[in-house]
Amino acid sequence: MKYIVTLGIATLAGFLARLYMLRRDYRQYPSYPQGWAIHLFLGFIGGSIGAVIVPAVLEGDYSAISFLLLAASQFREVRNVERQTLSSMEATEMVKRGTAYIEGIARVFEARNYLAIWVALSVAIASELLVSIGWWRVGVSAVVGAILAMVLVKLMQGDQICDIAAVELSEIKFDGGLVIIEETVMMNVGLPKSRKVYEERALAGIIRPNGPNAKATLANLGQMQAIAHDISSMIGVYMDVGEQEFIPMVRRNPSTGSLHVLMVPSERDEDAFLAAIRRVPVLEGAIRKPLTSEAGKMID
Amino acid sequence: MDKQILAVIAVDPAKVGGGAPIFYARNKDELSEIALLISRVFGAAVHDLNNDVMIIVKH
Repeated sequence: MKYIVTLGIATLAGFLARLYMLRRDYRQYPSYPQGWAIHLFLGFIGGSIGAVIVPAVLEGDYSAISFLLLAASQFREVRNVERQTLSSMEATEMVKRGTAYIEGIARVFEARNYLAIWVALSVAIASELLVSIGWWRVGVSAVVGAILAMVLVKLMQGDQICDIAAVELSEIKFDGGLVIIEETVMMNVGLPKSRKVYEERALAGIIRPNGPNAKATLANLGQMQAIAHDISSMIGVYMDVGEQEFIPMVRRNPSTGSLHVLMVPSERDEDAFLAAIRRVPVLEGAIRKPLTSEAGKMID
Repeated sequence: MDKQILAVIAVDPAKVGGGAPIFYARNKDELSEIALLISRVFGAAVHDLNNDVMIIVKH
């Protein structure tokens, strides 16, 4: 029973770290409250695994440690579960997330459980190292855990589109049925009625990459789909089921590498549109760094 | 198959032919009216070939 304090505060720290990492934003994912319950419980399990490792080492119970590490590997399942959930919900999305975005989300959820384990482990270690100072160790190890959680979350934060590219509004031109943004043909709108909707309500934006690395990243199809999905979930789309001509479009200009975004929002607000594009996360799986290669440097 | 022409709507019969179902319209107005109706049935997009021919394409 002499480890009960360490076990208690470390498990709690892992749980709180997972809670701190759960964010409710425009995506509403994980969903509230059921999705939260799932992830908080997983965070609790992760926290207790991290917490138990330290007493097990101190007692020299190495078989227990092996089992704990085996238990930790179960968190790989989290990624599969998230992927399956999101993939099966994909059919109900007006604008698809795309497989790359789903992979990204699933990976984040797996990683956050490991972060919870790290936080619990650090708190348990701090608590056991400071056993001589009595109850003060609870406060000190809580601070250690909080700092580690904040640092880890900071490190895990990915870029947004505004970090790798400049976003600006653009004009929409029409040539017969063709909708054109800066010489790039976006789509062919056949119906005069739909064309009128485009003329009155559509918004167009251009995402200009800041360099070769950003250009290669934005060229990823998954990233393009993620932009379309995220801006429509932030500002809403003007479309009904089966109205394919109003689906948000992201097309690439091959000569400059910039992306052209065309959409018919439910409310026509230019600033909101630009802010939405800037806030789209850069997918981890889309990031390319051609400048780190010899050949890439030669081209630049 | 990824994309498929579901129907072709035309004013001039001489301009169209082939495998997809073809609908003839009397004039431009009827052309876009038929295109709208068919596209809503299939949940597909209408594309204008700019020669008084429209195609319904499922993307």
